Amino acid sequence: MNTTAITANRNPFPAHWPSRLGVLALVAYVIWAAAQLDFTWSRFVSGLGNAERFLTRMFPPNFEGDKWEMIVKGLTESLEIAVIATAIGIAISLPVGLMAARNLSPAWISWPARMLIALCRSFHPVIVAIIFVKAVGFGAIAGIGALVVGSLGFISKLFAEAIEEISLKQVEAVRASGASFANVLTYGVLPQVFGRFLGFCTYQLDSNLRNSTMVGIVGAGGVGGTLFAAFQRFDYDFVLAILIAIITLIFIGEILSNVLRAVFLDNKNLSAWFGKGQSSKIIARRGEEE
Amino acid sequence: MTASSGTIDRSLQIRGLTKEYKRGVPVLKGIDLDIAGVGITAIIGPSGTGKSTLIRCINGLVQPTDGKILFQGQDLAQLKGPELRAARRKIGMVFQEYNLVERLTVMENLLTGRLGYMSAFKAWLRKFPQADIDEAYNLLDTVGLAAFANQRADSLSGGQRQRVGIARAVMQHPEILLADEPTSSLDPKTSVEIMELMADLAAKRNIPVVVNIHNVVLAKRFCGRMIGMTEGRVVFDGGPGQLTDAKLNEIYGGENWIE
Repeated sequence: MNTTAITANRNPFPAHWPSRLGVLALVAYVIWAAAQLDFTWSRFVSGLGNAERFLTRMFPPNFEGDKWEMIVKGLTESLEIAVIATAIGIAISLPVGLMAARNLSPAWISWPARMLIALCRSFHPVIVAIIFVKAVGFGAIAGIGALVVGSLGFISKLFAEAIEEISLKQVEAVRASGASFANVLTYGVLPQVFGRFLGFCTYQLDSNLRNSTMVGIVGAGGVGGTLFAAFQRFDYDFVLAILIAIITLIFIGEILSNVLRAVFLDNKNLSAWFGKGQSSKIIARRGEEE
Repeated sequence: MTASSGTIDRSLQIRGLTKEYKRGVPVLKGIDLDIAGVGITAIIGPSGTGKSTLIRCINGLVQPTDGKILFQGQDLAQLKGPELRAARRKIGMVFQEYNLVERLTVMENLLTGRLGYMSAFKAWLRKFPQADIDEAYNLLDTVGLAAFANQRADSLSGGQRQRVGIARAVMQHPEILLADEPTSSLDPKTSVEIMELMADLAAKRNIPVVVNIHNVVLAKRFCGRMIGMTEGRVVFDGGPGQLTDAKLNEIYGGENWIE
């Protein structure tokens, strides 16, 4: 056949100098920045003495008497903050995420929704918590407010992205039947994103559990306040007790969300589990309640 | 509605239908067609010639730029909002890639055909009238998928999915059925079965069918009328017997592909 085309050792993967220079620049910056911050091994070693004293005073953890009561009270409040904030966050995220999805909403709806989401995502929960404490005073309500803002930013952003990736062919078929917009959503859109939405929600519940133990540091309720006070008083054995309790709570939350996901996502045929006539929609609401 | 002697007129008149996705670049260049209220009409022609656009203009999935689509005393091209949705309820559609909602069960997909009659709340709770549910089960039986009612649509094979797609369209009690290349994603044997099923269901219910189809042999076998389109215009209109190789040449261009 025609072999004259092979005239040289042609290379399909030529060197890409801009990306090589980019990597070099990044490495150089990391080294320079570390020098700026005195990020050195000797500094680390000289700090280790502190760590030793700190660790020895932590053991054994102190769960005695009123300490235990304080932990339980703080953790209960943290849990309540997390669950309430997640529930409210999900409820608001559904419509906001839908409005932000550019394939279903016109620009004059999606842009404001996207700006709201971006605003919610701008700040760390602790900063939002400080703002809420200043606005509504110390206590759980400030913590709930802060975590609702965080949940709203996270869930609605990912929910909007999930909606933007759906197959419009399925939506087109539902539209072609003469279904109203609401029915197109429940039959054409939601089935396609429900699994991922549930995933975002359980992840956010997880994340809210962790954050709810922290917002207390700035006075927004929960076990974080107790933890911070223990640090301030150098009560390190109590600190360790609180940390262990928090770890346990997070673990339980993790297991719970895994169970949720196993039941609702990995199980391919939902109707076989819940009997005939059950709809994924009804299951959806159950999933959100738990 | 023009009800005379108990039967409703199901014919369709298309006048000067034009569609431009980009201004000045028409995909459909003034289509005039009269489709009788009975039988199967095939639309053939090369890819990108506007066949899908023509079909989607009829049920408003694509908004025509100009022209009229007259059906049962209404100009479908002018309808918007609730009126358009009400008109769509009477127009069934079968898709090339089935377009089932993958994560819904076969039964839920069938009942999607009744969504136009359901309030948002009842649809959310799946509170369909028992008559619709009974009909759906019967129809599943007819298309040979009774055992699959509670399976998710994504567990079905291509042929099975298209059967569900057809059943979903029939659930609408359509006055006309549109099919956009319903067999293009299927093997030859299944293609024939799907066309048979569609022809059979449509004949029993007196539903006229307009079908875009690439397989000329299959079209000649099932369709009483063939419409050939090239570059947004109708260039052939006649019975399958009149569709000679010369005419096919004119529709598709070239000739090497004809045996």
